[in-house]
Amino acid sequence: MAQVMMKDLNKKYDEVHAVKDVNLHIRDKEFVVLVGPSGCGKSTTLRMVAGLEEITAGEITIGDRVVNDLPPKDRDIAMVFQNYALYPHMTVYDNMAFGLKMRKFPKAEIQKRVQEAAEILGIQELLKRKPRQLSGGQRQRVAVGRAIVRHPQVFLFDEPLSNLDAKLRVQMRVELKRLHDRLETTAIYVTHDQVEAMTLGDRVVVMKDGWIQQVGEPLELYGRPANKFVAGFIGSPAMNFVDVKVTDVNGALWAETQGLRVRVPPAHASRLMPYKSQQVTLGVRPEDLHPATGGDPSEYVFDAVVDVVEPLGSEVLLDVRVGQNTIVARVEPTTRVKVHENTRLALTPDRAQFFDLKTELAI
Amino acid sequence: MLIEPKWKRWVYFYIPLTVFVVGTLFPFYWMLITAIRPDAELYRSWRAASNTPFWTLQPTLEHFQDLMAKTTFPQWLWNTFFIAVASTAISLFCGLLAGYALARLRFPMAGTVGTSIFVTYLVPPTLLFIPLANIIRTFRLGDTPWALILTYPTFLIPFCTWLLMGYFKTIPKELEECARIDGATRFGAMLRIIFPIAVPGILSAGIFAFTLSWNEFIYALIFLSSPERKTVPVGVVSELIRGDIYFWGQLMAGALLGSIPVALVYSFFVEYYVAGLTGSVKG
Repeated sequence: MAQVMMKDLNKKYDEVHAVKDVNLHIRDKEFVVLVGPSGCGKSTTLRMVAGLEEITAGEITIGDRVVNDLPPKDRDIAMVFQNYALYPHMTVYDNMAFGLKMRKFPKAEIQKRVQEAAEILGIQELLKRKPRQLSGGQRQRVAVGRAIVRHPQVFLFDEPLSNLDAKLRVQMRVELKRLHDRLETTAIYVTHDQVEAMTLGDRVVVMKDGWIQQVGEPLELYGRPANKFVAGFIGSPAMNFVDVKVTDVNGALWAETQGLRVRVPPAHASRLMPYKSQQVTLGVRPEDLHPATGGDPSEYVFDAVVDVVEPLGSEVLLDVRVGQNTIVARVEPTTRVKVHENTRLALTPDRAQFFDLKTELAI
Repeated sequence: MLIEPKWKRWVYFYIPLTVFVVGTLFPFYWMLITAIRPDAELYRSWRAASNTPFWTLQPTLEHFQDLMAKTTFPQWLWNTFFIAVASTAISLFCGLLAGYALARLRFPMAGTVGTSIFVTYLVPPTLLFIPLANIIRTFRLGDTPWALILTYPTFLIPFCTWLLMGYFKTIPKELEECARIDGATRFGAMLRIIFPIAVPGILSAGIFAFTLSWNEFIYALIFLSSPERKTVPVGVVSELIRGDIYFWGQLMAGALLGSIPVALVYSFFVEYYVAGLTGSVKG
């Protein structure tokens, strides 16, 4: 059990600056997910914590030790890789025991720990097999088992579920979460899948181009994204963005663009004052749009033309055209609309977000 | 599965295969038949009424007996074996370390070093033997097995390095990263994880190196002069062709015996060998 601190962490390859000034404090027993598109520096950051990449500048502390110059084996960490990295010439038992053997644990203790981990993961009957005789899901379990027998201070996961099929991925996700609750070990988890990030993380770190964009609890990222990138990255389908002009009509602020004119919700009004007569980006999540009813205040209702209807069973996704813009609305499965039909949509005012057009920061 | 007409399988598969097999095996058959043919049959006219070029009615082992008794063939066999094993061992050792370093370690000029090692392999021995002979003389190694044990690696090491480098590159690097996190040093991970997985590659590099040194001719011809120091390929040719007289029976008996060890090595390791060349590591 240990906290992990990253201070002004930087990684430069010859030409590429992969990780830029990362500062992160991961608390003891916390499950932190690093998420971002490929090439955002999340894996590099994790590999620096593991000791597999040299640190160009900055400092990493695990527990109370600065580990910059420690080799991976002395950092007391365990890592699960995307391709599982099971040793193909060893049985499952030997794979799991390898780390303990290298650390010269007594045989009885090794056996006890491997049995224990195998029981937790339900792989007791696989111990004598070789990795090539296992299915993808079983290999994944063995890889996790190999990590947990060590009782390390920190678990590192590098996209461990990416190679599994969709159904198994959901199942393993739940198991990993359960496992973390049970073992209470600090974990750093890298993924490009925002659903995994949201469901697994106590806190989520969103990265892009080597920079940390935002650190926060999943719902915090979802509800109050720090910038347009985070807003668009978290949530599926992604948030709709429409560039609008802020206008002042008799003291009330309105957001306008061709085909769309809605009032700036009062909660945002004061912050948008300085942007009067300027362009900003309006962000609305698909689920914050619904077919307008008589009860909706008219200043949040607008006209739209249905382009595509995607019925998903539990919900319907409507791709609609509003002026020049195409936006997505996630509506009740009972909604009956037809393609090319005119419809009226309303937005939930206090959930709308505004972003600076240049800096893309939330206003 | 689609069932093809029978004639197609014959035309595209069985007939070409038969031609290939016959073409490959015929020299060995010729070697065998000549080795066991009595001298009377060997040296009679091609047009003689009783000529049977493709078989013999009086097989004999006299050529083998002569080879063993009248020449130093057993000694040649031992020389060849010793030199091949020693130079293969040296080359494999260096090739393993160099191949691993080129495949895995990031160091300045790694690419250039890799390419230059390959280029040295392309320099033909016929160019190299003169400077090498000079070196051998300077170190007074002429006419000793060490002359060959130390010169064969000049072409074996580049060969092993390249073959093994290619093989190491097929092994996912996460395996050793995982081992290093699990508690091994880089060297430990190399020994315990990478080398055991690379066994097919190491074996095929070893077999190739062994065969190359077993069959090597030009260095052996130049650096060794005493009959009892020679290797099989040189000994057979230099001692069994005197002037314009070819001792065909003994020549072929020697060639046959000389090729048996290599054939044995190949047949024992054929599976590893194929896996080594196709580089198949399954995680």
